[in-house]
Amino acid sequence: MKKIGAEILIECLKEQGVTTVFGYPGGTVLDIYDALYRDGTIEHVITSHEQGAAHAADGWARVTGKTGVVIATSGPGATNLVTGIATAYMDSVPMVAITGNVGASLLGRDSFQEVDIFGITLPITKHNYIVKDASELAGVVREAFRIANSGRRGPVLIDILKNVQSMEAEYEPQKPVAVHPKSVPALALEGAAKALGAALRPVIMVGGGAIAADASKEVVALAEKLDAPVVSTLMGLGAFPASHPLFMGMIGMHGTATAAKLCMESDCIVALGARFSDRVALNRDKFAQGKTVIHIDIDEAEIDKNVAATYPVLGDVKEALVTLVPMLKAVRRPFAEEAKALRAQEKANADAPELGHRVLIEAAKLAPKDVIVATDVGQHQMWTAQYFPIEKPRTLCTSGGLGTMGYGLGAAIGAAKATGRHVILVTGDGCFNMNLNELSTAVTEELPITILLMNNRALGMVRQWQKLFYGNRFSQTNIRKRTDYVKFAESFGAMGLVIEKDEDIVPALTTAFATKTPVLVDCRISNDENVLPMIRPGATYDTIITKWEEK
Amino acid sequence: MNQYTISALVSNKSGVLTRVAALFARRGYNIESLSVCKTENDALSRMTIVLNGDDYILGQMMKQMDKLVDVKKIQQVAPDAVCRELLLAKVRTDAATRSQILEISQIFRAKVVDVSPEATILELTGKSSKLDGFVTMLMPYGVMELARTGVTAIGRGKSCIKDETDYKEKI
Repeated sequence: MKKIGAEILIECLKEQGVTTVFGYPGGTVLDIYDALYRDGTIEHVITSHEQGAAHAADGWARVTGKTGVVIATSGPGATNLVTGIATAYMDSVPMVAITGNVGASLLGRDSFQEVDIFGITLPITKHNYIVKDASELAGVVREAFRIANSGRRGPVLIDILKNVQSMEAEYEPQKPVAVHPKSVPALALEGAAKALGAALRPVIMVGGGAIAADASKEVVALAEKLDAPVVSTLMGLGAFPASHPLFMGMIGMHGTATAAKLCMESDCIVALGARFSDRVALNRDKFAQGKTVIHIDIDEAEIDKNVAATYPVLGDVKEALVTLVPMLKAVRRPFAEEAKALRAQEKANADAPELGHRVLIEAAKLAPKDVIVATDVGQHQMWTAQYFPIEKPRTLCTSGGLGTMGYGLGAAIGAAKATGRHVILVTGDGCFNMNLNELSTAVTEELPITILLMNNRALGMVRQWQKLFYGNRFSQTNIRKRTDYVKFAESFGAMGLVIEKDEDIVPALTTAFATKTPVLVDCRISNDENVLPMIRPGATYDTIITKWEEK
Repeated sequence: MNQYTISALVSNKSGVLTRVAALFARRGYNIESLSVCKTENDALSRMTIVLNGDDYILGQMMKQMDKLVDVKKIQQVAPDAVCRELLLAKVRTDAATRSQILEISQIFRAKVVDVSPEATILELTGKSSKLDGFVTMLMPYGVMELARTGVTAIGRGKSCIKDETDYKEKI
């Protein structure tokens, strides 16, 4: 049947099971928005800014595993998506971004709101398209969804010329082709299985790939069979239950001292969908020196990129573990007992010196069941990773790779919209100010979001580095804003609460969690707190700093 | 620093060269030459890339390229593969030097493709090292302009690049 491009797009989105899109209308997507309006079956969430829409699509995708969709107009609409697309790219989040562009007769003439978003997004998308003929559109949209949500997931951008949106073409409905990752043959895992049989002190390191592959069950099976302690990257949090006795916490720059020590002592590291980034391996040459490295990853280019693998395994983490686990012999090992004791000791000695830490500890206790946590980037993000146990996969939205300040609120909106569940956004006053315009979106959509604003009147993480490496010269990191966040929240139609002292914590959190619409909790914390433990960039694990010594 | 030659079959559509070039720029790969041509299959182009680097860079570049949706097959060219490059050189010529230049051309089996009173255009096909040698010999006479296509390569025997397994087929 004949349809215009905009209608074909909507039909193809429906084919893919898209129920909700995030976006912002404009001149070159008028036809798309008209088709959305006429169709009426896809819910559209309008944000305050296209960046917020992109982060919302990202949050949607992270909690559901389905592809998030965002729509923006040409020019500034499209460029406003860029940070959101790059965030999704770095964290391998499936997303389809749809932009309009000027019509063919205006293309390449520096027309109003014309920008080469295809060129701009080349290095931050898994693939991208510019559609110049309506007859190509259905094929492109179907392929885009397949690419975004298969292999190593990632964002795909489709730039559609305005005239294509009103151009007629033939449309035939098609069911989406399910893409299943290939099973991993035993042959590919023989070396790894043998090495694991011989290993005395294996440590399992889970990354975001384990969550993307929905491999939590298999990771637990592997850990229990091997009796191996499990450490997690920031992106892997939730892949292995935080409450599991074999869980040793986060690894890396701000990981636990136990995780660091175990990695140093280990003779075999099993990396599951992790890429040994500079924030994890820190010193990539020394990180795994003298150890056997088993690296299972779906991205061939990740293998041997940062840390050389002794036994590289190409494939989906779940598929690989489904084959691998039965090949292994169940063992009990003293190393695991030592690890548990070490972790128990670290936990017992852990203090929560900062009000913000105690807010997070209480929030974890009081939070509604199945809560989802979103964060921004910086000290509060690391505190969340350290103090808020993430039990299940797809319950943490955090910008790990790109480290996007201002990511959290958009992501929280997407996560709440996708699941209807309560979302806690942990943010800082620096990050929150970047995209606080989206509070209005959360209010409009009546989303159950509790914002824990760790208000230290500082850009805490940058300030911490200035303390450590720049002789306490706090260049531009002490914030002098006079914002009253309670009034701000109220003026946007949200509830505003304050936590100033320990006695405020439980009442404020109880109120916030009982409220099914946005609540902003202004947590007035000290501006001089640090994130510890810390391993300096490029340093080795033995140099971990666990106590701060003022000079 | 080593030199490696890589062949790739890529989609024959606009933007593919940009993708490959953008990938090299972003990842900081240093390439010596890149040539693109049509193939026996209208849907595919063939790229031949000469890369300067080490084994790590070679491995990364091939794997990163393989991830591009438009890169269908990729392989490192075997050491015994047939590698050829075409050169066109415009050499300053006068009555006194013409015969010497023609003599050099004969030694290298270069063709004279244009002659004018003050210049001669020579064409030579061969391995890059042969072309380098030819240019060295012409230099003293004055090379006014030089154009080289970059290397193009094809493996010996019956095995073909299209028989390679693509990364995307493995996952």
